[in-house]
Amino acid sequence: MENNIIPILMPKWGLTMEEGQVNEWLVKEGEKISVGDEIIEVETDKITGAVEAVDAGILRRCIAESESIYPVKSLLGVLADSSVLDSDIETFIESYEIPFSGEEDAEGSGAKYLYTEVDGLRVRYTDRGSDDSVVLLVHGFGGDLDNWLFNFDALADKHRVLALDLPGHGESGKTILEPSISGLAKFVGKFLEAVDVPSANIVGHSMGGAIAMQMVTEHPESVDSLGLICSSGLGPEINNDYLQGFVDAQTRRELKPVLQQLFADESLVNRKLVDDVLKYKRLDGVDEVLRTLSAMLLSASQTKLSDKVVASRKPTLVIWGEQDRIIPVSHARNISTSAGSPVEVEIFDSAGHLVQMERANDVNRRLLEFLG
Amino acid sequence: MARTISFKEAINEALDQEMTRDKSVIVMGEDSIGGTGSPGEDDAWGGPMGVTKGLYGKHGNQIMDTPLSESAYIGAAIGAAACGMRPVAELMFVDFMGVCFDQIYNQAAKFKYMFGGKAETPVVIRTMVGAGINAAAQHSQMLTAIFTHIPGLKVVCPSNPYDAKGLLIQSIRDNDPVIFCEHKSLYGVEGEVSEESYVIPFAEANVMRDGGDVTIVAYGMMVGKAMNAAETLAKEGVECDVIDLRTLSPIDMETVLESVENTGRLVVVDEANPRCSIATDVSAHVAQQAFKSLKAQIEMVTAPHTPVPFASTLEDIYIPSNDSVAKAVRKTL
Repeated sequence: MENNIIPILMPKWGLTMEEGQVNEWLVKEGEKISVGDEIIEVETDKITGAVEAVDAGILRRCIAESESIYPVKSLLGVLADSSVLDSDIETFIESYEIPFSGEEDAEGSGAKYLYTEVDGLRVRYTDRGSDDSVVLLVHGFGGDLDNWLFNFDALADKHRVLALDLPGHGESGKTILEPSISGLAKFVGKFLEAVDVPSANIVGHSMGGAIAMQMVTEHPESVDSLGLICSSGLGPEINNDYLQGFVDAQTRRELKPVLQQLFADESLVNRKLVDDVLKYKRLDGVDEVLRTLSAMLLSASQTKLSDKVVASRKPTLVIWGEQDRIIPVSHARNISTSAGSPVEVEIFDSAGHLVQMERANDVNRRLLEFLG
Repeated sequence: MARTISFKEAINEALDQEMTRDKSVIVMGEDSIGGTGSPGEDDAWGGPMGVTKGLYGKHGNQIMDTPLSESAYIGAAIGAAACGMRPVAELMFVDFMGVCFDQIYNQAAKFKYMFGGKAETPVVIRTMVGAGINAAAQHSQMLTAIFTHIPGLKVVCPSNPYDAKGLLIQSIRDNDPVIFCEHKSLYGVEGEVSEESYVIPFAEANVMRDGGDVTIVAYGMMVGKAMNAAETLAKEGVECDVIDLRTLSPIDMETVLESVENTGRLVVVDEANPRCSIATDVSAHVAQQAFKSLKAQIEMVTAPHTPVPFASTLEDIYIPSNDSVAKAVRKTL
């Protein structure tokens, strides 16, 4: 009968997550659950998220206790339909063992950071899943590939997913040879060559979106489609105070309110998140990179890239958070999606600029639907 | 790339990277090379604890062994700093400060003030502090408060590898004399440290744990004890804020006051002797500036007012323990 028993496991969000804290169950024991329902809220040292049901059934057992910490892949609960005997569920729970995490990660394709060199600069990236269809995730200003920690696993089920740290970001080298959207687009193109990927579906967030659009100009042959998430380059407005605040913040006290602007729910900004960004900002070379890039972004925001995208006829999905305080949602609303347009637009409520974190499950679903 | 390295390796890496970045950064001390000093001695000791091991091979012109005379080489380092170098001098044990103290407190600390701000003394004095390895009364003291008392000196005492690297790089780049206190019991402690160079600014306490019931303030090796106590207490339903001061001069009292204003309860943990210490200093500040927030008496957990005993059983009792911190917290409830 075990086939009908569906375990609910502690997820692994991002490459470094080893354990998570269960905040609360969002459904009660005995309740009926449909695919996509949010079942349980989990907090990691980076952020809080909800685990979704991948199958339908009745929540037969809540094993995890609120406020308790469990390793990745721990059994948190059990889904099954009403025909499954209680005794079978008990047997399943008793015999469940956390799979040895080394197994699937041992190969190069597993969940770890990889490094390559582009233009003499070290580039950190991750490469997961395997498929002819490749998705490349490009983060935004001041971010890194972990901005996609809720996304790469979900996308890697169906596609090969690459995500990189742009120059000056994350753990890539801390210089930018050509600090312009065009320079960065060329760099991303060279990265794709370095990892031997002829073309990819490019999904960019914020500044990464502008880079993705620019790639249509720089390397049209390497772009299969575009995913633009709260992208810059679609309109003139960009929150100058945020950019300046991010660059200038030297302490936790200064940085926290800046980072809170990224989310609709400000409580998502915990101490660890602020600490991680602060640690990044304190690396040698980062301050200069951020100052150069923010100045570039403010002048580049005048340039509208969307016309080129429409003209290129590349399939394009634009995703936005309704409460985006960095780049206004009006940029998404202004895009023409009339019949025959290659552009689709999806706006999510209760989400800010980091919509791919705040509404991760919905963004993943929409991206997968778009990518086909 | 962040990887796990020891406290000792973090300090070595900071020195290595700063010597590479800036040729005016020089390392000097008794046994800093630690071999005979002859060419080819790349694998020399690198100090009694091996902290500077390997640096001679990479930076042979920027590292020197000095005669066994603290008054001479600490003075030389301070003089070199006044003349444009950035020396990192190693005072093997802080307990030996007596013989070179004039150079430190009456010369280095005063230059900027006595020469109308025209002289700068960017010297770092790295020194081993604290008890716990059975090194007896003359090699185990926690003399942080003596340096903290002197205006013109900056005093740093990291608790973990990440902080050790960032604070040491900041110390080297700082234009004032810095006393960098390394707890000898922490050298083997491991933690995640970025391969790249980075700084941690002075006067930024690190909130290690958010609790809300009681504030525990500590520095150096005592941070680990405070964290252990906080974990024990959490099981009893008492949630502690744990604050690592990181630098003692300048000191981040704002973070301490902010926490105490919320919790109303303060326990200060200091491995030093109890009189005129960091513990009494922090307590006095809080009593004066956040008196109305306090719901209980301030508790101090310190060593007793005795020299550090040699007998290991006595030394164990001498050093504040996880239990003594937890007990002090319970007294405030």
